[in-house]
Amino acid sequence: MIRYIIRRLLWAVVLFISVTLATYLIFYIIPVDPARLAAGKAASPHDVQVVAHRLYLDKPIWQQYLHFLDQLVLHLNLGYSYANRQDVGTTVMNAAPITASLVLGAVVIWMAIAVPVGVYSALRPRSAGDRVAMTGVLTGISVHPVWLGLIASYILGFKLNLFPIQGYCAFTGAAPGETCGGPVDWFYHLIVPWTVFAVLYAAFYVRMIRSTVLDTLNEDYVRTARAKGAPEHRVIVQHVLRNAMLPVVTMLGMDVALALGGAVLLEQVFGLPGLGYVALHSLFQFDYPITLGVVVFASILVIVFNLIVDLLYAVVDPRIRLA
Amino acid sequence: MPLLDVRDLKTSFKTDDGVVQAVDGLSFSVEKGKTLAIVGESGCGKSVTCLSVMGLNPRQNTVTSGSAVFKDRDLLTLPQDEMRKVRGNEISMIFQDPMTSLNPVHTIGRQLIEAVQLHENVPKRAARSRALEMVKAVGIPRADTRLDDYPHQFSGGMRQRVMIAMSLINNPYLLIADEPTTALDVTTQAQILNLMNELQRDFGSAIILITHDLGVVAETADEVLVMYAAKAIEQGDYSSIFYRPRHPYTWGLLNSLPRLAQGAELKPIPGSPPSLLRPPPGCRFHLRCAFAFDRCRTEVPPLLPSPDRSDHLDACHLDEPAKQLGAEEVVDRMKVASV
Repeated sequence: MIRYIIRRLLWAVVLFISVTLATYLIFYIIPVDPARLAAGKAASPHDVQVVAHRLYLDKPIWQQYLHFLDQLVLHLNLGYSYANRQDVGTTVMNAAPITASLVLGAVVIWMAIAVPVGVYSALRPRSAGDRVAMTGVLTGISVHPVWLGLIASYILGFKLNLFPIQGYCAFTGAAPGETCGGPVDWFYHLIVPWTVFAVLYAAFYVRMIRSTVLDTLNEDYVRTARAKGAPEHRVIVQHVLRNAMLPVVTMLGMDVALALGGAVLLEQVFGLPGLGYVALHSLFQFDYPITLGVVVFASILVIVFNLIVDLLYAVVDPRIRLA
Repeated sequence: MPLLDVRDLKTSFKTDDGVVQAVDGLSFSVEKGKTLAIVGESGCGKSVTCLSVMGLNPRQNTVTSGSAVFKDRDLLTLPQDEMRKVRGNEISMIFQDPMTSLNPVHTIGRQLIEAVQLHENVPKRAARSRALEMVKAVGIPRADTRLDDYPHQFSGGMRQRVMIAMSLINNPYLLIADEPTTALDVTTQAQILNLMNELQRDFGSAIILITHDLGVVAETADEVLVMYAAKAIEQGDYSSIFYRPRHPYTWGLLNSLPRLAQGAELKPIPGSPPSLLRPPPGCRFHLRCAFAFDRCRTEVPPLLPSPDRSDHLDACHLDEPAKQLGAEEVVDRMKVASV
């Protein structure tokens, strides 16, 4: 087990280098003259040269990349925004909790819907309830999140005035200059985004859970459990779900990792300044350090989550433990 | 007073292609401490018979009729929660494929303990020591550490032993074993059968053994029930069936046993079993029977006792002399060929 963890950690390092290298190449090498962008519109050619030197842009590419890695790993410094000179790390870390709030809240909602509905559908296949659920799934997958978000925002927020149209409130209380804060405001502002976000994922997961549970119900060991005299609820929870949820757990880990990397569409629709929103706007402004910062952060998240999910799988499935 | 008395058991399944009559009027009984072997080809209804008795058929689209009286109660009419108290406790069942019959994410200790605690309110420690006893009794070495192992850490034969331990842990009156050795190699098969015989002596349970292998029947059975296409076509005492068989299908089964003698060819029964969706008219075996005549094609032969032994029944239109002759030929052939 320890050897497995060490191997995975080494692999995570390899992944990290590959991702950061690819990202670095995309954002610093390919665009034309990043030094000019950094120096700003009003800069003279001499200023641009100074900036280029400062940013190591006159060095060979490999040296630039090593410097970037060195800054990132040893000093945790992702550079400074071209637009407002703010430390990228700070910007990213301010945006991250917002995305985390959105995603994790949505996860709770979509799992709370998907598990019961998925299990029910699998236990009563082709029943009326199952057919309704599958229609719901089709709708959920087909509806575009942006459209749904806009409609929800318009109807629930603007027309019916039940929920805020957009905006984020910090959980810990109003920051100076903010108009709202505290847990209640936080919840109130996120409930509609959560639900819209959850729709698509709930649809996928209902279908997935229905499928894995249906398969597991046919397994021999489920028949053994019934033959032992186990009551049906025990058979479902201890024997069926305990096995059927294994692939769901893996998928969930990956989906959460990807979503945390930047739920761009819904953050834009609901005006939540999370990672996706920040990255999107940085692109509009050609503010590459920010973009790169978000990408690096998101990549690290995905790599870390991947590792956690793999380890978790080894914990819950004893057949993998000794791999 | 038999332990289990089944009368006119019928089970049918509604499928998209029509109704399949999987069991068509079976009647048999099992005595305390004895072994009944139910023999037949794949698909003849042997497993469904036992699943019906245990109430383990899928509830939707299944119709079961008849009676299965076990200790003064008809299992087929028992409410679900009563039946659950019987399963795993008074009547246990083990299945064919040990590789997939155990939950892969629970230790075998936990699954054995579950079997105990489902039926008795005992603390975990007591249940665990019962589990340990049983695991030792079925011959698994280093039982104490093995209890905390997972099913994938056991071989097929070991897993089947665990299944046997699990089925006997509550000392049931009746153990139903559905082809327990079919998925195992021959040496392991012999070990498992010996184990079952031993445990039957020690625990005094009755056994219903489902198999398609007459060799297995020869080793274990007191009574035999031969099924074909959802019906019973011969049943009786083991020696009666083996030394004075009366039905052409039974003759065919006995003839098809591989011979160790040199030059002996395999003599299978030609053809294959009929579809249970649209069974043939008359005797269901007539299309493959070397002795079929006109009556066989139109009239279903009733299951009737033999003139010598009233407990030996067969469903065949052949007259007495023909049956005697057929029996003699088969038995002679078996004697000649035996080493």
